[in-house]
Amino acid sequence: MSETFFYLFAILAVASALAMVLNVRNTVAAAMSLVVTMIALAAIYVLLEAHLIAVIQIMVYAGAIVVLFLFVVMLLNLRQDVFPPTRQRFVKTLGVLAAAAIGVGFLRMLPGSLPATQPLPEGFGGYRSVGLALYSDYVLPFEITSLLLLAAIVGAVVLAKRSLD
Amino acid sequence: MLLETVLKTAFILAVVVGAFAPVITWVERKQSAVMQDRIGANRADVFGIRVLGLLHPLADVIKLLTKEDVVPLGANRFMHVLAPVIAAVPAIIAFAVIPYGATYRFGEREISLVVADLDWGLLYIFAIGSIATYGTVIAGWASNNNWSLLGSLRASAQMISYEVTMGLSVVGVFMVFQTLRLTDMAVAQDATVWLFGVLPIPMWGVFLQPLGFVMFLAAAMAENKRPPFDMPEAESELVAGYFTEYSGMRFGLFYMSEFIEVVVIAGLMAAIFLGGWSIPFLSQQTIIGGVEPFFGAGFATLLCMALHVGSFLFKVIVMIWLQMQLRWTLPRFRYDQVMDLCWKIILPLSLANIMVTGLVILAIQGVA
Repeated sequence: MSETFFYLFAILAVASALAMVLNVRNTVAAAMSLVVTMIALAAIYVLLEAHLIAVIQIMVYAGAIVVLFLFVVMLLNLRQDVFPPTRQRFVKTLGVLAAAAIGVGFLRMLPGSLPATQPLPEGFGGYRSVGLALYSDYVLPFEITSLLLLAAIVGAVVLAKRSLD
Repeated sequence: MLLETVLKTAFILAVVVGAFAPVITWVERKQSAVMQDRIGANRADVFGIRVLGLLHPLADVIKLLTKEDVVPLGANRFMHVLAPVIAAVPAIIAFAVIPYGATYRFGEREISLVVADLDWGLLYIFAIGSIATYGTVIAGWASNNNWSLLGSLRASAQMISYEVTMGLSVVGVFMVFQTLRLTDMAVAQDATVWLFGVLPIPMWGVFLQPLGFVMFLAAAMAENKRPPFDMPEAESELVAGYFTEYSGMRFGLFYMSEFIEVVVIAGLMAAIFLGGWSIPFLSQQTIIGGVEPFFGAGFATLLCMALHVGSFLFKVIVMIWLQMQLRWTLPRFRYDQVMDLCWKIILPLSLANIMVTGLVILAIQGVA
C-alpha cells in the first residue's frame, strides 16, 4: 500500500519538477508545477512518518514561499522575450551537467551505504520529538538561524526604505 | 471501518456543504436586511410557497447553473478553470479533522465522531488553508484583467500575512491544552474549573485564552477575505477583484467556498475555544452515568451522542451568526489598515500572549 503511494508521489514529484524546469514559456504555470512538487514531497514525508516536516513543507514552501514567487512573477509580468536565447542555451547546458553530476554522485553513494532498517522510536517525526530535539540538542543552531533571519528582515526593510525616502 | 469513514464524511458533507452553506447565503441576505431596516429576500416562489425566502439558495443554484460560462479573451483557459477548484477543495476538506462528537463505546465497538483523528490536526488545517491562497491568486492572474490581477496581488499579501498571525494566535491554546489534536482538545475542555474556589466555569479555550479567541477570529475572518477585510474583492474599487471575470457555476464555486469557509471557521472556533461538542457543567461521564441506571448503557450513550452533536452544531451556528453580525456591523478597512492590524497589532499581541501564557503555566506548575 505505502509502496504504491510512494511510487505515485515520486513520479508526480519528478514529473512536476520536470514540467517546472522545461516550461520557459509560462512562468506562472512553472511556479504552479513547483507547488505540485512540494505537495508530492510532503506526501512522501508523510509516508516516512515525518508528519511535522510534511506539514511544514506544505505550510512554508507550498503555502508561503511559492506564493511570494507568484507575487513577484505577476508584478514583473515576465514574457519569453525577456530572456535572451543564447544565454538560455548556456544556462540549460550548465543545468543538465550539474544535474548529471549530482545524479552520478548519488548513484555512487547508494550501494552498501544503506543501514539495516530499525523500528521507529515512539513519537518519531511528531511535533513533540522534533520540538524537544530542536530546543535541547540543537538550540544553538536554532538561535543562530533566527539571528540570520532577523538580519535578513532588517536588510530587506533598509533596502525598501531607501527607495521610499 | 471504511463504511464508518464514508458515513462520517457523508454526514459532514451533508451538514456543511448541503445544509449550512446554502442556508448561510439566505442568512447573509436576511441579516443585512435586518441591519439596514429592510425585509430582505422573500421573492423566490415555488407554487406560492415562500417560507421566508428560504428558497432563494435554490433559485441561486438554478441561476448559476444556467448562466453562460465565459472565459475571457487572452486568458489562460486551463488555469482559469482550475482556480475555483483550488479555492473550493481546501475549504471542503478542512472539516475532516474537526470533531463533532466525542468517542463513544457501544459494547465492543468504539465510534469516534471525527473523520480523521490526526495528531497534528490543527497544523493540517493551517497547511490546507495555505493551499487555498492559490485559488485566489491564480484566478486573478488567469483572467487577463487588471482589476483581477490587482485583487489577486492583494489577496496573496493579505492571506500570507494573516496565516502567520492566525497560527501564532492559537499557540497559547496549544500550550494550555498541551496538544494539537483537536479531539484531545475537546476532551480537555469537557471539564469544569472553580474560579477562586467559588465560581464554576467550563474549561473552555475562550475563558483560558480570551485574547487568543479575539485574535484568531479577526485573523480567520481576514483569511476568508470577507468584509470588513474584503481587499482582494473590493467591490467599490476593483469591480469584484479576483473573480471579476468569472460567471456561472465557476463564480458559484468561489461564492460557495467563501461560505463553506465561514462554517469551517465556526467549527474550528467551536472546537478550539468553545469546548467542541462538550456541554457546560455536564461531562460525558455525568450524562452517561446519570441516564444509564434508568434506560441502559446503549440508550445512554446514544442520547449522549445526540446531545453532543446538537451542542456542537449549536455552537457552530452561534459562531456563524457572530461572523455575519461582524460582517454587517463593521465598515471596510483600508488596505494599509488591514496590514497594520496584522503586523503591528495582532502579531505583537499574539507574541505577548504566548509569553504571558508560558509564564502563567510555569507559575501554576511551580505552585503545584
